[in-house]
Amino acid sequence: MSENLTNLRPGEKGRVYAIDAGKYATKRLYEIGFNTSAHVTVIKNDAGPVIVSINGNKVALGRGLAGKVVLAKDL
Amino acid sequence: MKTKRIALVGNPNSGKTTLFNAITGSNQHVGNWPGVTVEKKEGTFTYKGKEYDVVDLPGIYSLGAFSEDEVVAMDYILTDDADVIIDVIDASNIERNLYLTTQLLEMGKNVVIALNMVDEAEKRQIAFDLEAMSSALGVPVVATVASRNNGTDAIIQEAVKAIDKKVSYTNPLTYSENVNHHMQHMVELFAGKNMPYSPEWAAIKVVEGDKHIISVIEASIDDEAVVNGIKEFHKFHSSENFELEIVDSRYAFAHRIAEKTVKRPEVEVVTLSDKIDKILINKYLGIPIFALIMLAVFQLTFAIGQDLLGGYAAALVEWLGSLLENFLVWVHSPDWLVSFMIDGVVNGVGAVVEFVPLITVMYLLLSLLEDSGYMARAAYVWDNLMRAFGMQGKAFISMIIGFGCTVPAIMSTRTMDNKKDRMVTLLITPFMSCGAKLPIYSVFIAAFFSSHGGLVLFGLYAFGILIGLLMAKLFNKTLFKGESSYFIMELPPYRFPAAKSVLRTMWLHVGDFIKRAGTIIFLVITIMWLLAVLPGSAAPYSQQSYLGRLGTLLVPIFRPAGFGTWQESVALFAGIPAKEAVVGTLGMLYAGEYMEEGVLLVNAIQQHFTSLTALAYMVMVLLYTPCAATLSAVAKETKSAKWTVAMALYTFFIGWIMAVLVFQIGSLFGFA
Repeated sequence: MSENLTNLRPGEKGRVYAIDAGKYATKRLYEIGFNTSAHVTVIKNDAGPVIVSINGNKVALGRGLAGKVVLAKDL
Repeated sequence: MKTKRIALVGNPNSGKTTLFNAITGSNQHVGNWPGVTVEKKEGTFTYKGKEYDVVDLPGIYSLGAFSEDEVVAMDYILTDDADVIIDVIDASNIERNLYLTTQLLEMGKNVVIALNMVDEAEKRQIAFDLEAMSSALGVPVVATVASRNNGTDAIIQEAVKAIDKKVSYTNPLTYSENVNHHMQHMVELFAGKNMPYSPEWAAIKVVEGDKHIISVIEASIDDEAVVNGIKEFHKFHSSENFELEIVDSRYAFAHRIAEKTVKRPEVEVVTLSDKIDKILINKYLGIPIFALIMLAVFQLTFAIGQDLLGGYAAALVEWLGSLLENFLVWVHSPDWLVSFMIDGVVNGVGAVVEFVPLITVMYLLLSLLEDSGYMARAAYVWDNLMRAFGMQGKAFISMIIGFGCTVPAIMSTRTMDNKKDRMVTLLITPFMSCGAKLPIYSVFIAAFFSSHGGLVLFGLYAFGILIGLLMAKLFNKTLFKGESSYFIMELPPYRFPAAKSVLRTMWLHVGDFIKRAGTIIFLVITIMWLLAVLPGSAAPYSQQSYLGRLGTLLVPIFRPAGFGTWQESVALFAGIPAKEAVVGTLGMLYAGEYMEEGVLLVNAIQQHFTSLTALAYMVMVLLYTPCAATLSAVAKETKSAKWTVAMALYTFFIGWIMAVLVFQIGSLFGFA
């Protein structure tokens, strides 16, 4: 099941399936660890930017950008 | 023979500057957030009797640079100036850090790896097989903890060995068949052509679609066939995402290495950082906690720097002053020399030096904050609110740096990859009150608000933030329309600040403050003194002196704000070269005016101001034209004389309006 990052609750996990952002933002996401099938765990998702953990390292993504990261959710 | 060069390359916040300081014994600013270093720094060290140059570069995640600090690092790597690269890797974050490493290996760079901060990785129960890593990557790997100087000698040794060996590596990566096929085609196209890069690497970048590299290649090869070949390729394959395929190959390589050589715990260790974050960046508590932290900073600054230690510094300056005066009288110095030394140097420059304890405490607290890891959290909690004003959270880091000094704050905007974000942030950082303004507030607070020092200071800083945000909104609606950039920010683990690094950062600022007192402040005060005692026909420090006449010209401007004497106007004028000179000038002028022993600056201010005009004056100081050093930083960063002049004028205007509003509204309500 694929979902964009803003739809995942804290504790939910997924793998990066696609990134639907502009060219530069996409490149930024790649280089900070959002490559295809990278494991992502949502740490915090409320009002502010979404915080995810990739290999135990925390990255905050603005909500606009987080909405463009599509994950294949782990069930 | 040319001195051999070692370059430090790595992800942001991987500890390059800490390692640089450890290797060279330098004192460069370090902190715990991504983007502390924004320019190239150089140093040297000697090993076995030979001197080596070391270059510290801003952090990068990959060789596709966006922001100006990253371009500096990328250009340095591409132009091939270094004999060896020390690739500094954050041990807790192997895969992503290796992503950059793979790109260095693709280029065939002479690389040695410093696997840094292994102590933190160990706390998270991550273990490494260094030998396996080294043989899998084909380059030496050394475990280091740069902050404790562990492994520094070993990494130097490996780097020097690598320089002497001059090995050239072959690219260890494998790409998809599709990508390989096209790369082969490009290599054939480039064969025999004169290029600044190897044909193999150029082929990777062309297939990847790196616009910067492609333009360099096209500029250097004057060959229609090649230029057309590249164009045709991209036109023909526009629907395919080779970039993603190549990115994935790099990560796959990094992942394989990590799998073979890194052992992680089954269940991730919940660190103290995670627990702290549950509170500090809570949806509701985030901003109130930020406000509390800042309030604590100001309260402590006042309680320790002023109430506890301030008296000693003032007494010391006074004692030295009286010693000097006795000495000058004893040797029958001419009157003008006594006047200059006592009114100018002791009461002028001395008035600034008295505040060394105050600013020392503030810089100590700010550098604790910088080293703790909180800066990135502040950016996070402010992102939403910043968006309402057309900015993004990252800009908030520049704003906090501005609490210390506006010059590095302006330089820190280099990390923003969006031109609009950068300009708007740059234009509002001067409203963030800096350390040099602290002495000014301090004397006015001592004169009128002494029981609420920390609170008044907090209010001023908060007002500065508010004005900055409102101006940002205005700029976004008018001059800089368009979307603010996306927010991406790593949240590094909290660290207990290392004493060495905190004291170093503190000293960088305090040393600078003292140096400024002895140089630019001294110079400004000397000029002010000369203008105040000349011409000889006028009584010194009177309205008939040159300075008095200049001040009198300025008086009508400031009368609506309530501070309408020539001394106060002239002091603001003196503050444009350097803010500390406001206090210095007032100290000198009042001392000269009263001509009696023991009249303290604070008492003189009580006679010249009311609490309302003091408040208006502080607001003016908070907002008006930034110091010369800031303006020159603006000129350097914007490369525009127009923007520099605009900055000087618009901030003056905003400061004036706000000071007038404070005075007029306050008067209306019957305050005095």
